[in-house]
Amino acid sequence: MALTIKKVEDIALMARLNLKEEEKEDFAQQLSLILDYTNSLHNIDTDNVEPLIHILPIYNVFRDDVVSPSSPRDEILLNGPLLEDGQYKVPKIM
Amino acid sequence: MELYELGLRDLQDKLNREEVSIREIIESVLKRIHEVDDKVKAFITLDEENALKKAAGLSSKESRKGQIVGLPFALKDVFCTRGLRTTCASRMLENYVPIYDATAVSRLNAEQGILIGKLNMDEFAMGSSTELSAFFPTRNPWDLERVPGGSSGGCAAAVAAGEVPVALGSDTGGSIRQPASFCGVVGFKPSYGRVSRWGVIAYSSSMDQAGVIARKVEDCALIMNIIAGHDPLDATSANVEVSDYTSFLQPNIRGMKIAYPTECFQQGMDEAVKNLVLNALKKYEELGAIIEEVSLPHGEYALPAYYIIGPAEASANLACYDGVRFGLRDYEADNVLDMYCNSRSAGFGDEVKRRIMLGTHVLSSGYYKNYYLKAMKVRRLIKNDFDQVFKNFDLIVTPTTPTTAFKLGAELDDFLTLYGNDIFTVPVNMAGLPAISIPCGFSDGLPVGMQIIGQTFDEGRVLKAAYAFEQNTTYHNIKPSLGGEQR
Amino acid sequence: MNEDYEVVVGLEVHAELKTQSKIFCSCSTAFGAEPNTQICPGCAGFPGMLPVLNRQVVEIAIMAGLALNCEIAEICLFDRKNYFYPDLPRAYQISQLDLPICQKGYLEIDLDGKKKRIGITRAHMEEDAGKLVHQGNITSSPFSLVDLNRCGMPLLEIVSEPDMRSSQEARAYMEKLRSILLFAGVSNCKMEEGSLRCDANISVRPRGQKELGIRTEIKNLNSFRALERAIEYEAKRHIEAIEDGEKLIQETRTWDEEKQITLSMRSKEEAEDYRYFPDPNLPPVKIEREWVEKIRATLPELPDQAQLRLVDNYSLPPYDAVILTLTPEFLAYFDNCLAHYHDAKTVSNWMMGELSKHLNQNNMEINDCKIQPAALARMLSLIDEGTISGKMAKSVFEEMFASGKEPDLIIKEKGMVQISDESTLIKIIEEVTANNAGVVEDYRSGKEKALGFLVGQVMKATRGQANPAIVNKLLKDCLKGD
Repeated sequence: MALTIKKVEDIALMARLNLKEEEKEDFAQQLSLILDYTNSLHNIDTDNVEPLIHILPIYNVFRDDVVSPSSPRDEILLNGPLLEDGQYKVPKIM
Repeated sequence: MELYELGLRDLQDKLNREEVSIREIIESVLKRIHEVDDKVKAFITLDEENALKKAAGLSSKESRKGQIVGLPFALKDVFCTRGLRTTCASRMLENYVPIYDATAVSRLNAEQGILIGKLNMDEFAMGSSTELSAFFPTRNPWDLERVPGGSSGGCAAAVAAGEVPVALGSDTGGSIRQPASFCGVVGFKPSYGRVSRWGVIAYSSSMDQAGVIARKVEDCALIMNIIAGHDPLDATSANVEVSDYTSFLQPNIRGMKIAYPTECFQQGMDEAVKNLVLNALKKYEELGAIIEEVSLPHGEYALPAYYIIGPAEASANLACYDGVRFGLRDYEADNVLDMYCNSRSAGFGDEVKRRIMLGTHVLSSGYYKNYYLKAMKVRRLIKNDFDQVFKNFDLIVTPTTPTTAFKLGAELDDFLTLYGNDIFTVPVNMAGLPAISIPCGFSDGLPVGMQIIGQTFDEGRVLKAAYAFEQNTTYHNIKPSLGGEQR
Repeated sequence: MNEDYEVVVGLEVHAELKTQSKIFCSCSTAFGAEPNTQICPGCAGFPGMLPVLNRQVVEIAIMAGLALNCEIAEICLFDRKNYFYPDLPRAYQISQLDLPICQKGYLEIDLDGKKKRIGITRAHMEEDAGKLVHQGNITSSPFSLVDLNRCGMPLLEIVSEPDMRSSQEARAYMEKLRSILLFAGVSNCKMEEGSLRCDANISVRPRGQKELGIRTEIKNLNSFRALERAIEYEAKRHIEAIEDGEKLIQETRTWDEEKQITLSMRSKEEAEDYRYFPDPNLPPVKIEREWVEKIRATLPELPDQAQLRLVDNYSLPPYDAVILTLTPEFLAYFDNCLAHYHDAKTVSNWMMGELSKHLNQNNMEINDCKIQPAALARMLSLIDEGTISGKMAKSVFEEMFASGKEPDLIIKEKGMVQISDESTLIKIIEEVTANNAGVVEDYRSGKEKALGFLVGQVMKATRGQANPAIVNKLLKDCLKGD
């Protein structure tokens, strides 16, 4: 089933991507192609199959409740594109 | 033979016999890189100065204590390196300098290996040709007009071209094995959970696994001895005993039971590739192994399921690139939504966007059940297929890829064909198994790889079978011409 | 509220769990650090970082679940909840969707002596997000600053059934929940520090109707009072809309504390679709029953048990029992007083009256109180002994509260000893009756109230030190006798 341009726009917004008009068409076509490709999965009956969420049978991996020093602030902020007063600065929310 | 042509163990022998110095080794490798990397384009970042500094620091014998003292290695640019730019071959991380080393990197450093630089890859490890690097494509040393495979194409090309004896790569759907196959080198993907993923930039967390690309099986074993093992920082890293992998380097495989799946020797296979792998199976039979045909009935569904699960996880893993704490940022946006959208659109290439959008879609309400959940169920069936075979067999052999390396640009617009490269490698990641690709011949001057798959945590047997084949063949001794005459 | 309608309320409460380190990394959880000084590449969502679960978070969550009468899951799983916001570094929150650690619990609220059970649908572990500091208002601020210290603080999200039918019930639920979490020792529950936060789901329906009305979710309810006011405001808004035939929309709104109204948080953006899926980085948690029982064995006395004890052992009214068990510290204070004093009801009266009044006025917690329980008990004994009157006790109490001095010392310093000597009092009474002949006449002609005035005059003449009981008796005798 082909994705509509509107659907691609919705997906792009959810994924926080801007698409140019021609990109929307390209992605609509490409994503539809891949989704069609995955349709073969529906040839298999999986009604009684449990999804495989974790490949290894590992449970209860914990760390102890022990504090260790956090990163030095100037170090962790080093990669910050825009800073003010030791905080990350972002444009308005709404 | 030049020093740069030697493997780790050979270099180690020379160092032990004091025939060479660490400095000479590093200089030889750096010289080689300067000679050939203009053609191969394997490196994104070269850490020459530090490499030489480390070499100098190891000049006295007393300072040497480690398993790979003074031996050069390189990293796919997906491994975080403290103080050294780590880009994932993306504009998004073009200037990103981590403040931490990935666990695997720390372990190599602790054993006094010397990091030479960071290698090219498909952006965020999404791709099979290394053409999807945001910076430049890497070329196949066997034919510079062809791709080295991907996403760890920089690793495979650099190792094949003699720029570095070993490199760490990552493999989510074949990203170590496929380029190793295309470049005629050894590519080893351990079991999921065997090598810590901490500090390896995530693509698909349930399938990503770090591994080794080398020219020789023994070097894979040596590096595995260092990087394998439990890491408390990675909750999915298995707390399972690690063997001494070098102990499996023995050519006797008599009685070993090897299966080959019918399904991997039909559909759209390059005849030459198919015949070379069948020949390899005959070789194993000669060496005393028991060879039988089996079926992996759900194998054909691995790829479609992979293109749901991988992108789904990626859509979340790549959401952290939002322009707030690191990475590319649009400074012009006057609101957060625009900042997100502009930064991410400028920072990511088309394939990354495609997978993020695909993953976003298959997880969204109304689609989750039919896509994501369905794929996770199919994943269990694929795993069950393998479990079934391993009840009676030690190993499974397949071609690594259906074809040899293709021309640059040939599959750029046809991503479904490109995805098809991973048809034999993807099921292994879906089931979390260890697998290796080793050279098993040439077709039209291009290397062909054979994949050997083992049971979970049975890396040793995979290495053993690979080593036995290598010891009884000479393909690994043939070196690429880098566009000149074959030597 | 319009009696034709019924308001239906369900609460989602986030309680910060009391641990030393964060839920998925070893950064400290201490409150009030300088911005971005309690973060690491892990909780700040840097590339390649992985979460590892803090065992203590699981133990505390089980403890909380048991205290809330929940079923504890045999196996639970973490999921990623995807949304973009600058205070959420990975752009997904690690939470629990399908397999939460606690389900199907309840608690009991006590309203006007009537008990009501409020269902708890589920309680799950998750990580907190950071904080955005806006310059001015969120809607008008040109930019915001991001402090990630709070990222990765362990939370338990406790979701109630829509079982509440008024703002009072909602408040009672919140207070009870808080007291249970405090008694169980799982959270500090400081609303002002954000370690206890509440969102309310509110709908309104005509009385008798089965189906629920359109629901709105109100965020930013940072006090019990805000919770009550917001529910009242929102219920009124819904009813008006229904009456006016306006269409209500299901949406998220925020409580504006300043204007005391709710505001829509809807933007032009897409409808929320969190695209939950299991987090591949975190293996499942298997909770063996032995583990649960081990934790159950360490459960301290909870508010319900304590209330029962207060009613059974001391015959206190249920209302008193509820108030005394609001926090474990308050109850401990009561119990300590009773170690030095015999009458529970008197202690309860003083704690609910003067003590609570003074604590509230000074915005203090019981732990900050300078009056030791033994000192309060001693003061009560001094009243019983007739050394001071109840009225004098109030000023003694005030001084104790302010200075922390012992009551005997205060009485001595101020010469505040009660006059119980009859001959002294008779002299004063004679003076008062002489000066108020008219009032005396009134009393004698049957106006009983006049007596109160005369007592007051005696008290005034003795600057409050006269023993009122004796004054009463003497006055009556005196007025009768003449």
